Amino acid sequence: MSKEHQAGMSLIVKTITRLTVGLILLYGIYILLHGHISPGGGFAGGVIVALSFIHLMLAYGKEMAFKKLSKGAASFLESGGAIMFLLIALSGFSGGYFFLNFINKGEPFRLFSAGIIPLCNIAISFKVGAGLFAIFVALVLLKTNSKEKER
Amino acid sequence: MIELYILLIFMIIGAIVAIEVKDLLSSVVAVGAVGLGLSIAFLILKAPDVAITQLVVEILCLIILIRATLKKDLPFSTSGRWFFNSLITAGFLTIFLFMAAEALQQLPKFGQPIMRVASTYLQQGLSETGAANLVSSVILDFRAYDTLGEATVLFTAVIGVLTLVRRIGRKKIGEKVKAEDE
Repeated sequence: MSKEHQAGMSLIVKTITRLTVGLILLYGIYILLHGHISPGGGFAGGVIVALSFIHLMLAYGKEMAFKKLSKGAASFLESGGAIMFLLIALSGFSGGYFFLNFINKGEPFRLFSAGIIPLCNIAISFKVGAGLFAIFVALVLLKTNSKEKER
Repeated sequence: MIELYILLIFMIIGAIVAIEVKDLLSSVVAVGAVGLGLSIAFLILKAPDVAITQLVVEILCLIILIRATLKKDLPFSTSGRWFFNSLITAGFLTIFLFMAAEALQQLPKFGQPIMRVASTYLQQGLSETGAANLVSSVILDFRAYDTLGEATVLFTAVIGVLTLVRRIGRKKIGEKVKAEDE
């Protein structure tokens, strides 16, 4: 299993993946950017973005996926998302209190509206996407690696 | 409402199958069926936000479970003391059923929640936050502390997983480790 895991799956799966993975990534970005207008939001969008990378990793093996999103980048995005969320919350102090919605609300039902909520969605999606990708890598790849070592 | 009961029965059957079946992969698939039924139930109850989140998290969990458990048989221990174990199980079941029966009578009727705080959110959510999606305005504006706590929980979980499953311990100063070991 581990050897096939390294090299990815068959040609059919690889071809289908090449067609679908971009669409899945775009759909995740759509969900997270429209979180304040339509159902969805940062958490669901981040999970879908992470799923697109996991899809790539399952089909093509880990080398290809790490070329697109390396471990360092994933850990940077995760910590960066958490810090960005906290900074947005802290910058509410400029107008009064923690988590103050200090940006102009704008017109409802537009993409650029609702003040800090889209920014929070983006921060949470970075955090959730990179974090779940890291959990997947840790739980799946490291386990197969240690099995190889036992042989 | 009848479709909700059908879904609930389907989910209960799926959960029982997941417990009783011997093959680990079939059990994982049955758990996935339960999660799918739960997301459809959220859709029927008109909560699309929760349904989307439930669906994608369920898919992710299914992939991780299948990848982690495939071709791996976990030892299943049925040791002695079955009488003691089933006695404790029956005792706890009785206590929980009694408590649940007492508590359920105090709850408001299904579909008619108490709208003390929620009605304020519904009336003023759009004008106060400018977000058309009220769920989003609640989790990121009115109750943003909850979301901050949830983000912290996820961060801690990721750090914990990475700490537990890594293969090398702490590096000495100047010690080099092969890149594939990390």
